Amino acid sequence: MKPDLKKWATPGALLAAAMCAVVFLWSTPFLWMLIASFRPDPGGGLGMASLVPDFVPTLQSYRYAIEDGYWPLWFLNSTILVTGTLVVQLVTISLAGYAFARITFPGKEAIFYIFLLQLMLAPPVLIVPNLTTLVHLGLYDSLIGVMAPYWGSAFGTFLMRQTFRTIPKDFEEAAIIDGASWWQVLRHVLIPLSLPGLTAFSIVSVVYHWNEFLWPLMVINDPDKMVLTVGLVSFAQGAEGASDWGLIAAGTLFIMAPLFIAFTAFQRQFVNSFMSSGVK
Amino acid sequence: MNKPTRETPRSFRSARPYLLLLPAFLCLAAFTYWPMLQVLLASLTDKKRVGDIGAFAGAENYVRIFQDAHFLGALANNVLYAAGTVMPSVLFGFLFALALRETTNLSAVLRSILFFPTLVPLVGAAAIFIFVFMPDIGLLDYYLAKLGISATNWLGNPDLALVSLMALTTWKNAGYYMLFFLAGLQAVPQDAEEAAKIEGANWLQRLYFVIIPMLGPTFAFVLVIALISAVSQIDHVIVMTDGGPNNSTNLLLYYIYQQAHEFYDLGKATAATVVTLIALLTLSFLSLRTVERKVHYET
Repeated sequence: MKPDLKKWATPGALLAAAMCAVVFLWSTPFLWMLIASFRPDPGGGLGMASLVPDFVPTLQSYRYAIEDGYWPLWFLNSTILVTGTLVVQLVTISLAGYAFARITFPGKEAIFYIFLLQLMLAPPVLIVPNLTTLVHLGLYDSLIGVMAPYWGSAFGTFLMRQTFRTIPKDFEEAAIIDGASWWQVLRHVLIPLSLPGLTAFSIVSVVYHWNEFLWPLMVINDPDKMVLTVGLVSFAQGAEGASDWGLIAAGTLFIMAPLFIAFTAFQRQFVNSFMSSGVK
Repeated sequence: MNKPTRETPRSFRSARPYLLLLPAFLCLAAFTYWPMLQVLLASLTDKKRVGDIGAFAGAENYVRIFQDAHFLGALANNVLYAAGTVMPSVLFGFLFALALRETTNLSAVLRSILFFPTLVPLVGAAAIFIFVFMPDIGLLDYYLAKLGISATNWLGNPDLALVSLMALTTWKNAGYYMLFFLAGLQAVPQDAEEAAKIEGANWLQRLYFVIIPMLGPTFAFVLVIALISAVSQIDHVIVMTDGGPNNSTNLLLYYIYQQAHEFYDLGKATAATVVTLIALLTLSFLSLRTVERKVHYET
């Protein structure tokens, strides 16, 4: 039978085909990176940019990348940075979010607006005075110094305030009648019911701090405290001098791997949390 | 109702909300409000280094930066860069969301791929895009050559370097903005669109008169975050161009970073920070106001 062209060329199908083409173009940097990292002659040459994998793949670039960088150290430092930032953030935003969501007190609105102002300011713009503060506090050249400016999060506070407000008050009232203190209510009633909000915040915070570069670059001097992004740049600059693109591709894939694996595993949570965020 | 079951002193109970807010507030104060004040005061003194007392210098630092061709260049570049990244990335984000609005297996996969660049660190994307923009052998030139377009030195040409950075930023952010538009589109009531359809509105009219006005708040929000990112993200400048060639990719935050980190000119660095913050706040408020005035809220 002859395929009926008219039946297939509906507006919907044309749109789908066009979008596939656009998304393919959008993904070419990734495709190239993957292909380049498996090339046997990653040193360049005219065919380096080819997206056609016309070669026998080798793991050579990955081997050299592992040898050339201090990956375990950088991974460890980034993990410490991300965890140390997040744990303190979760405590401060839960406490502050609870105060804004459940307690009436004088000056609440004014304080709320003071918090709000922070959302409009981009912390990276304040690198100069914040570095001065770190020097005064004796936190320069320490991972704690990289974390500290993010420990209070206006965005997280709002997210938790919103999350707490969606929980019906009946639960708390029942707990209070049973003799629970405010702390027990928060710890055993509100927090367990706010896991979606806390997860959303955690994902956004981890992605942001895992990928941040300028601030750790300015705060950290000691090579033993270097994080992944800063390490990748020093590593890539060396490889670029030798125009070893396979090496750069492999190194970049290392730093991306944890977030990509997590994203593929928890796609829905990722997308939802990014939608509820926006600020970072 | 809120009868305390344990003996808690009254004064402590009324202080409780403030104590709960204290940890978060202390951090915000120490690293946002205090530095804002500090940078404002420091910009009015002639201190050269951290720790100097410095004498009051009035507007001298501001005069100095506004006489500095590099600062004026960075300001102009940043305006161009903001316009050249905010508009295309928001537009692409919106168009992607429109095209992938209906959830099917295919659209779910395409959305994920478009979202991927959001997860890549900007320094990683920059390292890869150095190769994409390589003259002759780079990804872009290699395939443009097949279309008969001759080699271009994307990052080495002062007229093209900033445009190349805009392309990278658009590539990286459009998928992120798409998410907000997808969420916004879900909130557009079906009957409003149906009604317009029955009235005989074609898809373009439905888009212009129904969908876009209802997405007003989303547009406002995405515009502001895109603007903040155009001012606060300079990792790719550091990795790819160092502000060059010929200062053509020097942006405000890169200028601040250089003044503080390389030239140790605290006066210029702090004055430039104040100007940047004022510009950012003003633009954020303006874009929120303008978009909101054009929006028709009805629920």
